[in-house]
Amino acid sequence: MTSASSSTMVIATPAPATRRAERDARRDRWFARALKASALLVLAVLLGAALSTLWGGREVLFGEGLRFLASSEWNPVDDRYGALAPIFGTVLTSIIAIVLAVPVAFGIALFLTEIAPEWMRAWFSAAIELLAAIPSIIYGMWGLFVFVPFMAEQVQPALTAVLGELPLLGALFSGPPLGLGILTAGIVLAVMIVPFIAAVMREVFLAVPGRLKESARALGATTWEVVWHIVLPATRSAVIGGIFLGLGRALGETMAVTFVLGNAYDIQASLLMPGTSISSSIANEFNEAVGNHRSALLALGFLLFVVTFFVLLIARVMLRRLARREGTA
Amino acid sequence: MNGLYRRRALGNGAAITFAAASTALGLGFLGWILWTTLSRGISAIGVPLFTRISAHGEDGGLANAIVGSGIINFMAILFAAPIGVMAGAWLAEYAAHSRLGALIRFMNDILLSAPSIVLGLFVYVVVVLPMTAWSNGAVSFSAFAGALALALIALPVIVRTTDEMLRLQPMTLREAALSLGVPQWKLTSQVLLRAAGSGILTGILLALARVAGETAPLLFTAFGNNYMAFGPLEKMASLPTIIYQYTNDPNPAMHAIAWAGALMITLFVLALGLLARWFLVRGHIRHD
Amino acid sequence: MTELAAALHTADTLAPRNHIEVRGLDFHYHGHHALKNITLDIPARQVTAIIGPSGCGKSTLLRVFNRIYAMHPGLRASGQVLLDGENILDPRYSLNRLRSKVGMVFQKPVPFPMTIFENVAWAIRHHERLGRSDLERRVEEALRSAALWDEVKDKLKGSALGLSGGQQQRLCIARCIALRPEVLLLDEPTSALDPIATGRIEQLIEELKSEFTIVIVTHNMQQAARISDRTAFMYLGELIEVDATEKIFTAPARKQTEDYITGRYG
Repeated sequence: MTSASSSTMVIATPAPATRRAERDARRDRWFARALKASALLVLAVLLGAALSTLWGGREVLFGEGLRFLASSEWNPVDDRYGALAPIFGTVLTSIIAIVLAVPVAFGIALFLTEIAPEWMRAWFSAAIELLAAIPSIIYGMWGLFVFVPFMAEQVQPALTAVLGELPLLGALFSGPPLGLGILTAGIVLAVMIVPFIAAVMREVFLAVPGRLKESARALGATTWEVVWHIVLPATRSAVIGGIFLGLGRALGETMAVTFVLGNAYDIQASLLMPGTSISSSIANEFNEAVGNHRSALLALGFLLFVVTFFVLLIARVMLRRLARREGTA
Repeated sequence: MNGLYRRRALGNGAAITFAAASTALGLGFLGWILWTTLSRGISAIGVPLFTRISAHGEDGGLANAIVGSGIINFMAILFAAPIGVMAGAWLAEYAAHSRLGALIRFMNDILLSAPSIVLGLFVYVVVVLPMTAWSNGAVSFSAFAGALALALIALPVIVRTTDEMLRLQPMTLREAALSLGVPQWKLTSQVLLRAAGSGILTGILLALARVAGETAPLLFTAFGNNYMAFGPLEKMASLPTIIYQYTNDPNPAMHAIAWAGALMITLFVLALGLLARWFLVRGHIRHD
Repeated sequence: MTELAAALHTADTLAPRNHIEVRGLDFHYHGHHALKNITLDIPARQVTAIIGPSGCGKSTLLRVFNRIYAMHPGLRASGQVLLDGENILDPRYSLNRLRSKVGMVFQKPVPFPMTIFENVAWAIRHHERLGRSDLERRVEEALRSAALWDEVKDKLKGSALGLSGGQQQRLCIARCIALRPEVLLLDEPTSALDPIATGRIEQLIEELKSEFTIVIVTHNMQQAARISDRTAFMYLGELIEVDATEKIFTAPARKQTEDYITGRYG
């Protein structure tokens, strides 16, 4: 979309009109440069976030090397830092969140696109979007003050009683009913990311051409068969993209999990025991940390940023694939 | 044949039940969380909340945090909006066919969901640490740093909506302006941005809603302050950081104040969401 | 010398001078050969209609006349288009100058998101530095020429988006003629309008031709027959025939033209 930029003049004595054309061309160039610089800032922010945490965490990242990743010892008193416990907590809570959130989000998207009566769809979609707009610290408070007691009194005793005695699986659900812990954090995270995943799924389901679904229905297919055989195969990559988007959110989330994790640097088999995560370690300790401790937290931040970057990269690539196919169809 | 049909009908019924139950579950949690916030928040809201500062502890209020949140959020949007609109305009009007444009659009989408706590660390390393060093400790954490961190979170939201809203504008609008001999910069700044105005405003409101509840990046940038502060280079309180601090406090009276703050933020964010929708609807009606 | 000038002047008044001369014009986009070796004369202060089935290149040809195609990448015109003897396809020919001489009105009315007054004044301000009262006079003059003044004179500060479709299209014409161009390009200007609004625009074109050279692309043959002095028929990127409108519609020289105007295709 270059316009006046090609209107260079060669006449020796510039007339007012050509002077104006030159001025326009000059302003056009500066305007475009200013806009481009702003756009480049987006890249600069991503790069800066990665490089600044890498720089801040260099003592630990390069000094400790692989030991930083492999050790579960986190001891500011002895100035020894291993990232395994926070990594473990981050990954485990995110996996629990995804496992719980994906079927529910799929159910919601299915309901909002294929089942609910017309008048209900707009209202319920708006409600789900509201859920996505609630700040994460509200989820964290609700988790700590309402959901943790609920887990301690109702859910965890029941889980321990029913599943705790099983061989192997039992280890996951043993221990005192603290309410806090990995499982609780995973559930709160799940509640938080359900609306994100549901919104993406709803959007991609809506993008499936109506004539495809109608022709399947004309052959006598039920709603479920239309979704399972027509809608899901047509949107598979975007659905996976939506799931990865939710995973990216879960990995990087801080406030929803910090209050309910319990802040313990232990790696335990039981999901009912307290743990920590990368983001909650940073949030809890950063302002008191000095020296290597701060360096270790910045190194954790770098790890978190790199991992979420690649998860989100996969998400966007998968989501784009659908958009491109739609474009050419 | 009959058995097959019945199995299919059963499967379909199970799927419909599952979908309806999922939706009920999702809305149930929404109701639960909103009801908790509303009931616990309202009982703590009173005049002292708006007149007293947090230095008085459980007898205090949130006046300094409300003012601080206002200042920090305002500054954040002030930083992010012009740059975000310019970047979005570049993507839509100058880079529609360029590889760099496609790359930036892609990376912007990633930045949109990047962990906010790391953006806070970024600002800590590049703003808070150098300022502390240059001023020999006189200035360290500051409202300016907090606003900058929030601006980085708001930026991709504004870039994306501006880009999308501009690309919705009809090609003939561009052709009509260019065929009058008007240069590209005037077309972009005086016609297209104006035509997409209500959509872009929606994006800015959504960006504000997004940053209004952000907590983690403020912890190590604006830090917090139990007293009233107005200067951009001072440590400054904000609603989310006070909520964080009070929630970690063992005293239940502090929890009540935290809930009141949580209610304020939630109402603010929901109101912004409704306002944004209203702008978008109005904009569509006007342009169709 | 003066004799020659006088002779030329007489010749000019007798036979209309050619305002635009197209010589061997080819147009390509993305590997598609859209205009093939077009040669065409557009006489001054007449209405020339370009007709043909959709996809024949008639709009493409129009869009070459003010190089509006240049805003899209991958489009290429070769050959010559002479405006008063100067080749506008020469990259040294300033777009600014070209577009202030050759105005264009599009299929769908596209008012700018500004007041009615600003819609007309905006581009004038870009090309000329006028005082407030001069500017107001120019806007009024343009709106009068576009037969819109009486309808909008009381709401000049109102949004242009509030006007009806036909009013918006006349506003777009006013916006063009406010720059005092020499040529007006009209790309199916009435296809989005109702019959009454269409009638007003056609009447306006009739009035404007005393001042401007007008080239109109239309898919509506009756419209071409009603308002144009000369008609060019295009088919598959080629110029099949150009002649006086009466001749084209009563006794076309080529079979393809006859097939088209008798409705055998398109």
